[in-house]
Amino acid sequence: MEAVNAHPAGAAADIVREFLTFTLGGEEYGVDILKVQEIRGYDTVTRMPGAPDFMKGVINLRGTIVPVVDLRLKFRLADVRYDEFTVMVILNVGKRIVGMVVDGVSDVVELAAGDIRPAPEFGSAIDTRFITGLGTRDERMLILVDIEKLLSSADIGLIGEAAAQAA
Amino acid sequence: MAGIDLKRFHRAFFEESFEGLDTMEAALLRLDPACPDAETLNGIFRAAHSIKGGAGTFGFSDISDYTHVLEALLDEMRAGRRAPSAADIDLLLRASDALRQLLIAARDEQAADRAPADAIHAELEACLRGAAAPAAAPAQAAAADQAGGWRIVFAPHASLFASGNDPLRILRELAALGAIEVRVRDAALPRFAALDAESCHLSWDIVLRGDVTREAIVELFAWVEDECTLDIAPLAATVPPPAVAEAPPPAPASAAARAEAARGEAARGDGASIRVSTAKIDAMIDLVGELVITQAMLQQQATRLDPAVAEALLQGLAQLDRHTRHLQDAVMSTRMLPVEAVFSRFPRVVHDLAARLGKQVRLRTFGESTELDKSVIEKIADPLTHLVRNSLDHGIETAEARRRAGKDAVGTLSLRASHQGGHIVIEVADDGAGLDRARILAKAGERGIACEASSMSDGDVWQLIFAPGFSTAAQVTDVSGRGVGMDVVKRNIESLGGRVELASRAGHGMTVTIRLPLTLAIVDGMSVAVGDDIFILPLPSIIESLQPQEAQIKRVAGQGQVARVRDEYLPLVALHDWFSLPARPRAAHEAILVIVEAERRKVALLVDALVGQQQVVIKSLETHYKRVPGISGATILGDGRVALIADVGEIVRIATRAAAA
Repeated sequence: MEAVNAHPAGAAADIVREFLTFTLGGEEYGVDILKVQEIRGYDTVTRMPGAPDFMKGVINLRGTIVPVVDLRLKFRLADVRYDEFTVMVILNVGKRIVGMVVDGVSDVVELAAGDIRPAPEFGSAIDTRFITGLGTRDERMLILVDIEKLLSSADIGLIGEAAAQAA
Repeated sequence: MAGIDLKRFHRAFFEESFEGLDTMEAALLRLDPACPDAETLNGIFRAAHSIKGGAGTFGFSDISDYTHVLEALLDEMRAGRRAPSAADIDLLLRASDALRQLLIAARDEQAADRAPADAIHAELEACLRGAAAPAAAPAQAAAADQAGGWRIVFAPHASLFASGNDPLRILRELAALGAIEVRVRDAALPRFAALDAESCHLSWDIVLRGDVTREAIVELFAWVEDECTLDIAPLAATVPPPAVAEAPPPAPASAAARAEAARGEAARGDGASIRVSTAKIDAMIDLVGELVITQAMLQQQATRLDPAVAEALLQGLAQLDRHTRHLQDAVMSTRMLPVEAVFSRFPRVVHDLAARLGKQVRLRTFGESTELDKSVIEKIADPLTHLVRNSLDHGIETAEARRRAGKDAVGTLSLRASHQGGHIVIEVADDGAGLDRARILAKAGERGIACEASSMSDGDVWQLIFAPGFSTAAQVTDVSGRGVGMDVVKRNIESLGGRVELASRAGHGMTVTIRLPLTLAIVDGMSVAVGDDIFILPLPSIIESLQPQEAQIKRVAGQGQVARVRDEYLPLVALHDWFSLPARPRAAHEAILVIVEAERRKVALLVDALVGQQQVVIKSLETHYKRVPGISGATILGDGRVALIADVGEIVRIATRAAAA
């Protein structure tokens, strides 16, 4: 924050954004912290009839019915387990609330715009369409995901067709 | 006003204006041209007046100009200078419609189509100009204009100050109109020791000389007219004896009328209410739903405790249980509105439609204070309107036909609302010709609907009119008869979890009975187990449940399974197949059959076990997910888990279609 204060009219490179990092199949990803509502342990999910396997079902989030997507299943990762370490990240996607199951959540990382490079074409679990860039910080590489775009994409099918068109 | 964003107040202004229009319309319809009731006229005037005032304040000058003419005409009537005729009332009704259009346009910040409003504006002005001559007391009015002055008796009620009005301000403004002489009457002033400084004990006799119109004076008193006794008389007319004769009698009379009006107002619902946005109420309902679930969870945990040790805790929990239920009832009741909210539109509908169809119809409403959920109210308005129009168009005959049939020339349409058990029942009844069995059957034949004319019961024949595209109207009118009607009515009511029933007697009229759940937010449900999952079946759609014998379940080649229940073969739907859940291999006769009905068709659902019966709060899946076929919503069980509510209507529809194919 000090950097921002020092240069009130500073260049875009000085603006620091925070990302929540999570792991998925050995890769480290980051989502904009402002999209994250909370992190919860994985508990009983009520399955939805006729839904694809990665659509785990719905949970009761303090009275609201929230769908849960398991990204590990979506991206066909091996070794999908549900135990006391399994976590879901509750995200605000547009006006919706969605739960996302990942391998693990690590920490919150600050990245200045200068730390972010455009993503080259490469083989990550997540399609490059949904990747906004690569962040580097202390020898770590983070794949930054446009979670809104990813979760609203047609292949996740979280949103009905009419709503998807409207959005 | 600088620095204050007036827009904030616009919404309140529009809400109040629309309410005022509704009041105006209702009062206009109540108004009997033969003997206009002064209080009703006053009510109409006041509504128009406050719309004008508000529109002026917020700078909607076109609305305030338009309303001004309307108000002027109303004032003529109110002052008894003009007897309202049926044509006048009709004009005023049309004027209020045009005003509504202007308000809607202003609210949506769109350019209004001024043509209709201008036309009516011109009509109103013509009416006003023509008014001076045939008025009730032309001499007095004419005299007034020449008298060059007015005698005003201004006697504020003691509570005047409480409303923030200052008589001195009014007197000053009067003084600005012309030369005034003011004499104070202090007879009512109590002794100093007993004086309440916040009450007004004085009244004034004012003589105002000058070329001033009555309107200008009335205008000044506009804000206090409900809080004072005001008598404005032309100076010339009041000097002679009539002043004595006139002044005292009206006072007690009007006081009595006022008292009566006040009582009426009180009876209409104590008046004390606040506007709360529905979003806030819904949030409250959600929170209470949460509380109920948490409470149920605690209760469940408590069953494991030793009653001897945890007596106090258990007592507390029992109390919590009671309070939570009461709180839930109380919160749910905030969403309840009296059915009057929809009934109130029908006097106008009936008035207009009867006039258009050249029929004479009397509308009677009963049980307007019956309450039901706001969302239900919103959704039954259209179906009800349709039923009312149908009755007027097809049911009630013309005056001539009625006389020939030996009936009262004026037809009667009654709307009746009442509570019956956990339901609300709304009846639309007319004393018209009733349904025509032969014509319905003929029409059904034409439409290719298979029916056995001779053996069908009346009830089955009446059901035919709910078929899509069905209309027996001899000719298509712009009122009804396009055949897009009864099926839509039925579908709308059923989507609310309600039912429609018909009763008809040839020559005596017909009655449509709508049965609705009290609220859409809660449903009585039966929870059933399918494997590890729990589903909720809405109780109203369940007919029975039974443990089937193996012989009762048969496989029909290519058509899935059927269940024979008391000589009836019903399509059988195994819920685990339907919802593609992993099935547990078990013989059918170990399971339970739940017979459900929707749209008069039955289906047998195969489930593993009945778990229990409970009231569930319906939650939407679509808020954060999407619509799922066969599921109408979700709810939260006592242990915090989510259970899905099966859409029985859809399952039955698909299952019976598959069986018929």
